[in-house]
Amino acid sequence: MQKRVVITGMGIYSCLGKTLDEVRDSLYTGKSGIVFDPERKELGFRSALTAKLEIPDLKKELSRSQRVYMPEQAKYAYCATVDALRDAKLDQDFLNKNDVGLIYGNDSSTVPVMEACDKIREKRDTTLCGSGAIFQSMNSTVTMNLGCIFKLRGINLSISAACASGSHAIGLGAMFIQNGLQDIIVCGGAQEVNPFAVGSFDGISAFSTRESDPTKASRPFDRDRDGLVPGGGAATVIIESYESAVRRGAHIYGEILSYGFSSNGDHISSPNVDGPTKSLLMAIQRAGISVDEIGYVNAHATSTLVGDTNEAKAIYNVLGDRRIEVTSTKSQTGHEMWMAGASEVIYSMLMMKNDFIAGNINFENPDENSARLLIPNKTITKHFDTFLSNSFGFGGTNSTLIIRNL
Amino acid sequence: MEKEVLIEKINTVLSEEFEVDAAEFTPDADIKETLQLDSLSLVDMVALIDAEFGVKIKGTELVQVKTFGALYDFVHERM
Repeated sequence: MQKRVVITGMGIYSCLGKTLDEVRDSLYTGKSGIVFDPERKELGFRSALTAKLEIPDLKKELSRSQRVYMPEQAKYAYCATVDALRDAKLDQDFLNKNDVGLIYGNDSSTVPVMEACDKIREKRDTTLCGSGAIFQSMNSTVTMNLGCIFKLRGINLSISAACASGSHAIGLGAMFIQNGLQDIIVCGGAQEVNPFAVGSFDGISAFSTRESDPTKASRPFDRDRDGLVPGGGAATVIIESYESAVRRGAHIYGEILSYGFSSNGDHISSPNVDGPTKSLLMAIQRAGISVDEIGYVNAHATSTLVGDTNEAKAIYNVLGDRRIEVTSTKSQTGHEMWMAGASEVIYSMLMMKNDFIAGNINFENPDENSARLLIPNKTITKHFDTFLSNSFGFGGTNSTLIIRNL
Repeated sequence: MEKEVLIEKINTVLSEEFEVDAAEFTPDADIKETLQLDSLSLVDMVALIDAEFGVKIKGTELVQVKTFGALYDFVHERM
């Protein structure tokens, strides 16, 4: 008998806000977190558009010996995790006495790698890289830092699955709990927000160049989209067995009904339709629900032509002509990449708990595929009890989560 | 650079980096104990001295640089 898995805490550090209330309000009002970054233009970027985020100053909260190993995305993840643990009413005493796990998505750490390489080439002396470089440089930097800071002693694992990293982290965490291997796992996704992290991505012409109107640039499903806008930050959800949550008297947001996944086995950057369709169908089948029970679909849609088109086809393959709202919150946040699968669970949960669906801003004119979906471009009031969240990544990695209100 | 000025500058950068009050930096004080350096953060002190003063402390030379007084002398002699 598999255990039920519930969400008992959430924390986020996002361009839409640093608290759940701020993010809820930003979603509701259709705020965009996208700006023009002059530094990127000076660096020769095609597009200077990005989400805007400040790196938190943790000097008062963490010692130097804790901070020195943290690149920016680990700092975002720390802030999100502090809030999520507090939200779940898990204090350090509890963490010290129980085996709490950690599974977090992260797929790059560019600046520390770049700075260490520059130092080696300039100085020809590896000592001068400093002690933090190796620990900041690895993809597992977020989990190694959070595991040590919070003294976690359960599963400790980083997930590098491109733009589906955060979603797979939650899905895999749920499997550990379903199978009775862990009671509580800190899950999430983190994404660095600096020019160098996305320079080569800019180089393959993937980004929107609508620089004259930054808040209009990210326009998933819109006929006149011209590419994605990079974003980032971190999002943490505390997932827990239902029994553990009840035993602790924890507030339960919702239940993770299922995790669907697939690999396209196809092109490295262009997604197909069959892979995502398979992930969606697997999630629905494993959830044991009918499609009609889904009240909202949070699409992966990043505002690229081929990605949006093929996802619209995959969603239509599954939903058919049912009138179920589909939106991409990336219209407001840009593409939060390694973080997105986790942050979009939080965005969707905030909508579900507050009876609204944030409009897919900038969706002004559909194309032939998005026209077959019900995509509101303004916030609507709606009560729903089940949502589906898609995350897809380079190399054709797909993840779908279905979550029910409790 | 005058040695007194150099000492003040070394104290300032060490105090800022390792977040220890410079008042604790007496010439006879043990650097590792005072700055609470472990084997990792000792690397950061070497990198900091190189970056700020252009003076490299080799691994074999670290044994001579145990106190603040020894560090002041070491850097002053090589600048």
